Amino acid sequence: MNTKTSDTLLLIVFSIAVLAGPVILAPFGAGYPDLLQKFAIYGIFAIGFNILFGLTGYLSFGHAAFLGVGSYAAVWMFKLLSMNIIPAVIFSVIVAGLFSLVIGFISLRRSGIYFSILTLAFAQMCYNLAYSVLTPITNGETGLQITLSDPRILDAAAEGQAPASNLFGLDMISTWETSLAGMTLQFNMGFYVCALILILSFWISMRLFRSPFGMMLKAVKSNQNRMSYTGLDTKPYTLAAFVISGMFAGLAGGLLAAMDPLAGAERMQWTASGEVVLMTILGGAGTLLGPVLGAGLIKYFENIFSAINDSTLHGVFAFLPDGLNNAVSAVLGLFVGEGWHLTLGLIFMLIVTFLPGGLIEGAQRIGRLFTSRSKADPQSGEAQSRPAPAE
Amino acid sequence: MTPILEVQSVNKRFGGLKALDDVNLTVMEGTVHAIIGPNGAGKSTLLNCFVGRLVPDTGTVTFAGQSLIGKKPHEINQAGVSRVFQTPEIFEDLTVLENVMIPALAQRDGAFRLHGWHPLSREAEIRDKAERALADVAMADRRNMPSGSLSRGDKRRLEMAMCLVQEPRLLLLDEPTAGMARADTNATIDLLKRIGSERNITKVVIEHDMHVVFSLADRISVLAQGHVIVEDAPENIKGNAKVQEAYLGGAHL
Repeated sequence: MNTKTSDTLLLIVFSIAVLAGPVILAPFGAGYPDLLQKFAIYGIFAIGFNILFGLTGYLSFGHAAFLGVGSYAAVWMFKLLSMNIIPAVIFSVIVAGLFSLVIGFISLRRSGIYFSILTLAFAQMCYNLAYSVLTPITNGETGLQITLSDPRILDAAAEGQAPASNLFGLDMISTWETSLAGMTLQFNMGFYVCALILILSFWISMRLFRSPFGMMLKAVKSNQNRMSYTGLDTKPYTLAAFVISGMFAGLAGGLLAAMDPLAGAERMQWTASGEVVLMTILGGAGTLLGPVLGAGLIKYFENIFSAINDSTLHGVFAFLPDGLNNAVSAVLGLFVGEGWHLTLGLIFMLIVTFLPGGLIEGAQRIGRLFTSRSKADPQSGEAQSRPAPAE
Repeated sequence: MTPILEVQSVNKRFGGLKALDDVNLTVMEGTVHAIIGPNGAGKSTLLNCFVGRLVPDTGTVTFAGQSLIGKKPHEINQAGVSRVFQTPEIFEDLTVLENVMIPALAQRDGAFRLHGWHPLSREAEIRDKAERALADVAMADRRNMPSGSLSRGDKRRLEMAMCLVQEPRLLLLDEPTAGMARADTNATIDLLKRIGSERNITKVVIEHDMHVVFSLADRISVLAQGHVIVEDAPENIKGNAKVQEAYLGGAHL
């Protein structure tokens, strides 16, 4: 199968899986709109981050700043222009793009750890400014919210309560519920908007990966010295990758605000920047699908594992004698609820140690176990001795 | 014959060390010009002044009528100068074919182009060109291998294909046979001779191996303590007393 056919197939399978998200994830307790939206939005964030980190190897520790800037930009559009999400999302991408152009231009004067530190410093600066000096724009600690008295020059005056964000009249919060085999399935408008944009982002990233530009970005990661002696200016390539990934982050931030019209400075904190790094590495940096899987896994743990508490555990192990039940619940209790970070940390350690290529490498190894038995011709032997290209 | 590379009164100091002391050198188009000299004579420093890695303190370096002083490495390459390193510099994470497609794209599209939307698979012309360059160095059968897994000799040949695909006017080779077995050395000499005759590429070779130098060079400059002491045809270099004194400590070749 050539690259083009397999890419088309991958895109189709990906789209179906994303669109069927509410059905597929319902049995895992993750089929509710709020979490589904987060899966899609952080998937977009990670896809964008991967264009910079996965292809060029430049590790930015400040990408949450662009996410936060995108959120603020979107909320301001909601306040001033309209509750329609289209101008809000477009504006957030533009503003994040401008921010990343400036920050990238300065930070890319250095590489390696110094680049990471510079981006981290810029992001922390944005975070602190949002909390203090820029309060007129960001509303400081309270966070930026929409109110009834906002101008919203394109919308008709709202009454009663602040209006909901919408797409030409379709409210993001509207949800259609049905039940299947005892589970409640929730099909939410907001999720489907995010899902379509996620599929679009995935397609864009696929085009970039397979283009001459994508190959140049891989060359940046591989050998910058050879690149300049080959007649290529590395700076605009890295800057373009930085701005593109910053715009994806802005898009994700804008969508967060579109789903729930508020923006706070905590979105820009360094832990949020670190999270997208974890997502990308966990799923497989430099692979197409990995970052989306990593984002899903982390958001799943954050929302599902953290919700499990002592009484849930006692309930699960009720069949054990009381003493044993208490003991087992006490031990497992360390890993759930507040302790979900511990579980995530352990999984991260295991993956980085045994599967440096992330979840995707794990999937490929499993896949190879099956294919190497069915296909024994010499051709496939040569193909398999190659390290797998970015999928 | 016209001069393609002209070096005039180039000086370069590193602190108290005078690495290049009033170097003058003229390379004629279509020739193979070897630069030899004992360790620390300034050969690599001089080469680095040609490619923009170092800027001379004083003096001029002119390539095909334009000054190279102050130009960045990628600009000098775009002007038509390609370089082979002492230790092969290739894109080890990419396949052999991709390694050659990158310089071919750089030659066609310039130092930067945001061609992120059209698939690489549609670049049939670039691919064909890269495959021809690989065939020239007898590596066509390895096109889909990850280049990082090649042997050192193959990496060297790949690097040459990467330079040749750009059809440079001037090819700089920094010890192209360093660390090679005799058989590989001879193969490299043959390759370099063949490339020269077919494409009229001017070559500047820095080399320690006298066998290589005398098999390839049309002209030889001998560098000692940052200064060109002799520049002459190979047959005259062998018997030159000054060369034997400076370079070989008086021993006969």
